[in-house]
Amino acid sequence: MSVLVDEDTRVVVQGITGGEGKFHAGQMMEYGTNVVAGAVPGKGGQEVDGVPVYDTVDQAVREEDADASVIFVPPAFAGDAIFEALDTDLDLAVAITEGIPTQDMARVNKRLTETDTRLLGPNCPGIITPGESKLGILPGNIFAPGDVGLVSRSGTLTYQVVDSLTNRGIGQTTAIGIGGDPIIGTDFVDALAAFEDDPDTEAIVMCGEIGGEDEEEAAQYIADHVDTPVVGFIAGRTAPPGKRMGHAGAIVSGSGTGTAESKIDALNDAGVPVGDTPEEVADSVESIL
Amino acid sequence: MKLHEYQAKQVFADAGIPTPDSALASDVDGVLEAAADIGYPVAIKAQVQVGGRGKAGGIELVESDEEAREAAERIIGMDLKGIHVERVLVEEAVDFTNELYVGVTMDRGEGKPVAMVSTKGGVNIEEVAEEDPDAIAREHIDPSFGMQPYQARKVVFDAGVDRAVATDVAGVLSTLYDLWTSKDGSDAEINPLMVTADDEVIAADAVMNIDEDALFRQPEIAEMGEEAAGGDELEQKADEYGFDYVRLDGSVGIIGNGAGLVMTTLDLVDYYGGSPANFLDVGGGAKAERITNALDMVFSDDNVDSVVFNIFGGITRGDEVAKGINEALEAFDEIPKPVVVRLAGTNWEEGMEILNEDLVTVEQTLEDAVQRSVEYAEEGEA
Repeated sequence: MSVLVDEDTRVVVQGITGGEGKFHAGQMMEYGTNVVAGAVPGKGGQEVDGVPVYDTVDQAVREEDADASVIFVPPAFAGDAIFEALDTDLDLAVAITEGIPTQDMARVNKRLTETDTRLLGPNCPGIITPGESKLGILPGNIFAPGDVGLVSRSGTLTYQVVDSLTNRGIGQTTAIGIGGDPIIGTDFVDALAAFEDDPDTEAIVMCGEIGGEDEEEAAQYIADHVDTPVVGFIAGRTAPPGKRMGHAGAIVSGSGTGTAESKIDALNDAGVPVGDTPEEVADSVESIL
Repeated sequence: MKLHEYQAKQVFADAGIPTPDSALASDVDGVLEAAADIGYPVAIKAQVQVGGRGKAGGIELVESDEEAREAAERIIGMDLKGIHVERVLVEEAVDFTNELYVGVTMDRGEGKPVAMVSTKGGVNIEEVAEEDPDAIAREHIDPSFGMQPYQARKVVFDAGVDRAVATDVAGVLSTLYDLWTSKDGSDAEINPLMVTADDEVIAADAVMNIDEDALFRQPEIAEMGEEAAGGDELEQKADEYGFDYVRLDGSVGIIGNGAGLVMTTLDLVDYYGGSPANFLDVGGGAKAERITNALDMVFSDDNVDSVVFNIFGGITRGDEVAKGINEALEAFDEIPKPVVVRLAGTNWEEGMEILNEDLVTVEQTLEDAVQRSVEYAEEGEA
């Protein structure tokens, strides 16, 4: 079992003719993902590595029955690409693009309230159900099928934690990268809810970072609704206030909100152990399973 | 990206928000000339982007040529919280009876713009937000329809703004919201918005921060940004190289890929008893040249006693990283500071084969690499 994606997921890649889109569509197919179409305006009728390209997402859905999209479209056009995915009633849209203007995302955020499509990202590494399907840029070889659900705001930090787990023989049901931007689609609470509903997920790892209050909200949600054991990690304990640490969303405001301390306290209060190092996270998971 | 006060005021004034008479000056004669045009009293305000400018001595109210000369000589060229003051804004001193706050920003929790008004203007609004949150009235805006006129009135009345100026304040707020959207603002603020004895409102300060991700469609603002550039020499260099870089005050230089993992590396340096010198994210898919530039950046920081390189390849390839490290280090007769390298993920084995291990210390795990770099830094300091 898994959440959100599996071997039956039929994927359309928006931006498949671009450098990144083409490369990662190939990597996804190599992993076993069912990539059924590409969508690039003006490139309809072409093929990329045997995958038919359509001018619109709507055509890709009608012709190839796609039900999920992965978006590799440059930032200036990515907001529009997300709207197209949402308006086509796909089940899932995964936006990899980094650097989408925040005001574009505020409009997307409004649209999300009017559609049933789930958005993942933007500025995220994507989602993988090991051994079945990956939508995004995660390196498939470090993952292994297993019992742990993982949700994270950061790509490479996900890899670090997953590597520690896999090296100990601990596999994953699904790993979800929710992205490091201030405004994102699927958040920690959504991902936790999905893992809680999945009977095969025996433990959940949640990797947060400084900025915003999503981790605090997630802690409250865990206390109220999650029975599956959760292990936490928070990056940015040493980040100074007022400095953006790479991710647009990773900033401790001058008034002290968004600190690592506040997030760690909230998680601890919800009964969630928070590792000081990625290895400590793996230790905790190992002791739970 | 932050605009300077004088730039933000110009943007506000062009949109019809009342601002005091002012002129920019970069020497004493310029200040005296501007003051003569405007008429005393005037405020002389350092144009640097640091908070608490007034408290740090960067703003002075003067009433005569003599006082203006003295203030100009003191402020121009001064070091204000580490930033060299090159220019001052000479500005008409406004006689006010009241100071308000108006602002527009993105509420990231809600994913919506929010307009804010308070009658407690003229002080640090973040302190007000913390100590007396009810003193700030807020109204969320639906970005697909923009701010409706009633919303501007509502937030102004909710804040308890005097009826005599409420319509004007609501007008300023509406204009501010329009500017915030049309210029891709992240924050737009007037603090204080002064109210005069004749019930006029005037923007005595101006803050306009722009979403850097939107600069591609804001060419005029991007041009102002070139002028606004300033700050730490190393941070400027990072801008040129296109790195996400933050300078800190420790001794372990840190290079990695991906914001979360680089932050984690910083935290581990601290956890093992060291202190991080910087945050440097080379981003995804870095090629050899970028890696060389990153090492150049970190070596340029005199505080650095050791360097830890932590790359977990997804789209970044270990062989490219190794090539970059070799190229950077082989250019030196003597390696300036010890470098510890940990490679994992895509092509890490190829990277290890390429890496010249005479020049660096290799560790297999993140924890070992960080501990080794902390030891080297301690030896370097000793």
